[in-house]
Amino acid sequence: MRVLLRNPSREVTLRGPRSVISVLNELSLHREAVLVIRNGTLVPGDDQLADDDVVEIRPVISGGMEDGPGHTSGAVRR
Amino acid sequence: MKCRVCREPAVIDIRRHNANFCVEHFLRLCQDQVAKAIEQFDMIQPGERVLVAVSGGKDSLAAWDLLVALGYEVDGLYIGLGIGDGDPDAAGAGYSDVSGQFARAFAEARGLRLHEIDLRTTYGYDIPGAAAATRRVPCSACGLSKRHLFDKAALDGGYDVVATGHNLDDEAAVLFGNVLHWQVEYLARQLPVLPARNGFPRKVKPLVRLGEREMAAYCVLRGIDYQVDECPMAAGNRHLGYKEALLAIETRSPGTKHDFYFGYLDRAAAAFRGLAEESQDELGHCTRCGAPTPGEVCAFCRLVDRATRPERPRRDRGVPVSLGPKPTDDPR
Repeated sequence: MRVLLRNPSREVTLRGPRSVISVLNELSLHREAVLVIRNGTLVPGDDQLADDDVVEIRPVISGGMEDGPGHTSGAVRR
Repeated sequence: MKCRVCREPAVIDIRRHNANFCVEHFLRLCQDQVAKAIEQFDMIQPGERVLVAVSGGKDSLAAWDLLVALGYEVDGLYIGLGIGDGDPDAAGAGYSDVSGQFARAFAEARGLRLHEIDLRTTYGYDIPGAAAATRRVPCSACGLSKRHLFDKAALDGGYDVVATGHNLDDEAAVLFGNVLHWQVEYLARQLPVLPARNGFPRKVKPLVRLGEREMAAYCVLRGIDYQVDECPMAAGNRHLGYKEALLAIETRSPGTKHDFYFGYLDRAAAAFRGLAEESQDELGHCTRCGAPTPGEVCAFCRLVDRATRPERPRRDRGVPVSLGPKPTDDPR
């Protein structure tokens, strides 16, 4: 199967069929930090991915918050 | 995996709820959680005009979509930050341009009104330039610029409230950082609603009951295209580190982030409330733009000054010291 990854964008090829969880484990990805998308919809963790599937694994954690004054402090202002 | 509500095949599991949901019931859950947050914290009254701060990312577009779905009158404001405008081959090239395209496409497809401000066109600077000029992390200049401009746009445009896309993960990570460093004045302001006062509009965070993964899932299932790439200026910042730390804790103990944030609101936030009120009472008005400020000139006007100041010529460093002939690599 073709697996499209983001941040940075890249593509890897894996053998199927196998479960979503198995794919995430092989790629050392945390299941709570990504979504697995096939044909425009979400694939739950216990689903099987076929050898000819094309899936996107999309990260969901985004950052970019302002640090506080004297930014060595690590404070965060809202 | 079956939906907790209808027992049809589920598409997403939410571990802190110990439940799985199909598309229909997941989307309904998101709406219900936003409606509950709005009611619980008295965020928006019926008939009020809302300005949502739009970045082109998943959270702000989901917030806009959800507020419209709940029947509120919501316009968007996108600020062009000028990030990734340099080398087209560099990481993050075109970041702000692409983000703006997602925001515009969302608004156009739904017939919604999107206001836009371009920092460089209107104020003569961009975020990378401001970060370099101030020698601060880019997120500092970015947050300051956005806060000021969203406040100003809301007041100028007659909006009752500014809504942002901060979700539960954002709030828990911010709280974590401020507790680690005991930033009590920031803790005092870390609430899902900041009431209007002293020239600031009311600010609300309607996504505080929903996690980051849920917002990404919401966008996928609603067909909302958004900026997936991470801001190139945020890579490796402390906030992401806090999120990673909380994710590790949440994995072992689902629901911890929710308990941490809502436990703070229920049992600790009141202890810091006086500090926020004291700092607001001391505010005057910027002599340049009229914005609330504790000094003569507000932080935004000072940022614009520094970011647009012509680069000073290098100081005369005196007569160069002759170091003699350059050593050669030739061993002979």
